[in-house]
Amino acid sequence: MQEMSIGTFLWTTLGAFLTLCIFSFLYRDNPFYKLAEHLVVGVSAGYFVIILWHNGLQPNLFNRLNDGNFYLLWLNSAAPWYMIPALLGVMMWTRFSRKWSWISRWPIAMYMGIAAGVAVPLEMKNRVNLQIYSAMTDIDWGNFFGGSLINSASGLSQLIIFLGTIAALFYFFFSKEHTGVFKGLARFGIWILMVGFGASFGYTVMGRISLFVQRIQYVGDWTKVAWSGISGTYTLVWFITFGIFALLAVYEFIQFMARRKKEA
Amino acid sequence: MNIFDRMMSLDRRWVFLFVALVCVITYLIPFSIKINITPEVKSIYDHVESLKAGDYILLAIDYDPNALAELHPMTYAIAEQAFRKELKVIFVTLSQNGPGMADQAIRDISDSLRLEKTYNGITYPARQLINGKDYVFLGYKPYPALVILGMGQNFRLPFPSDYYGTPLDSIPMMKGVLNYDQIKCVIDFAAGNVADMWISYGQGRYNFPLALGMTGVMGADYYPYLNSGQVFGLMGGLLGAAQYESLADNPGPAIDGMRIQLYAHIVIILFILMGNIGFLVTRRKKQV
Repeated sequence: MQEMSIGTFLWTTLGAFLTLCIFSFLYRDNPFYKLAEHLVVGVSAGYFVIILWHNGLQPNLFNRLNDGNFYLLWLNSAAPWYMIPALLGVMMWTRFSRKWSWISRWPIAMYMGIAAGVAVPLEMKNRVNLQIYSAMTDIDWGNFFGGSLINSASGLSQLIIFLGTIAALFYFFFSKEHTGVFKGLARFGIWILMVGFGASFGYTVMGRISLFVQRIQYVGDWTKVAWSGISGTYTLVWFITFGIFALLAVYEFIQFMARRKKEA
Repeated sequence: MNIFDRMMSLDRRWVFLFVALVCVITYLIPFSIKINITPEVKSIYDHVESLKAGDYILLAIDYDPNALAELHPMTYAIAEQAFRKELKVIFVTLSQNGPGMADQAIRDISDSLRLEKTYNGITYPARQLINGKDYVFLGYKPYPALVILGMGQNFRLPFPSDYYGTPLDSIPMMKGVLNYDQIKCVIDFAAGNVADMWISYGQGRYNFPLALGMTGVMGADYYPYLNSGQVFGLMGGLLGAAQYESLADNPGPAIDGMRIQLYAHIVIILFILMGNIGFLVTRRKKQV
């Protein structure tokens, strides 16, 4: 069994405790869940502020402005033009004043202009045009089954992608009534969409279960350390942590039985 | 109330309890399951395997702790494979809580590399990872699209110094490394739309080989990019991570988790079937 110092064990215990706090929500909302939820939000926000300062503002702005002298608000710096983005950043903070909030429109306008200028050609090329090209490739009739039905390079897959794209687009064509051949194509399109949603749902279930599995592994590993015989304190801490939730479960069970009796 | 009515009005907490019990029981019973390898995962493994010692790769740790379960195993397997092959690895994160993830992964992999290990029949000697010589961790910067574009010009534009505050120009490994031209591939581990940005602003603009490791929720949405050749490989969720661990002969939490996953899925499928049978029968009864 892996050796673990008391400090590391206590931090691991805190992680296990918070995990159980979060899972207690599956029964119903309670103060333990609220505590863990608020901790996540608070710690994430605090961590982000510090990371932003040390990884963003300090190296990319202050270190570039600061050449050893602080006087004249860095206007005498070797790279004084960094004052422009700094000023734009400060202007964003005027959002908090009703009177001065109009000033924040200038940096927002600049940011949106740059973002749109950069995004439009690249997004158009990479997420529209290239996808259209790939849906129009020649069907590989010579390798139609590709050795396996799930081979995405096989002719069959290419045919399904081609027909599926056309049919799905037909479904979203509302300028003409969905009748006759058009109705058949649109119906095939909706089936293709359903298959896509099904695949996404399957992956989502897998993703959510993965999160649960990882927490089980975490709590399981913590339990193994607690019961490994390294120290009686570890086992006691484990008992206290689980004891809190065991008592909570017993309390909820008594409440549940009382409610049932009342209803009966 | 007959059994079908009961199926329809089953309290969701029974489903949670049953899934939890199945997961805990399968965790406690040791057994293994076969992991089938898909071409999109194998292409990433083959690409990393084809690189020579001293080649540079960039690993983007674009996830927060909430996606750790699925993406950490991928990061560990690929980074360990890269370090065992003596590749130079540049780590970067464009996710706000990502620095902690990258830092933890680097420390754990460093510990693992201190032991001699055999993967796929090849014995790799123990080695000490040195920051600045074997790897660089650039840290975090906000606005992913602009950072990705900036790195295409010069890594020093968005990252004048690394995560630990060392100027990039004074890091031995970064000498002569200007932008993506010196990188053999970028592998993005993403839990959000940063993957889209790597495709549009990174691969689409600078044309480097890009592979994606992503959460299960995102998996299905990115296959069109594989089909169009914009990404050369995809790993989706814990399954993708398990496949990679299996290919790298480095079993870890993903392979261990898949056996639990298997039975959890069976339980969920059974509940879906039960719910649908209950729905169909009660609907027919109402029609009659």
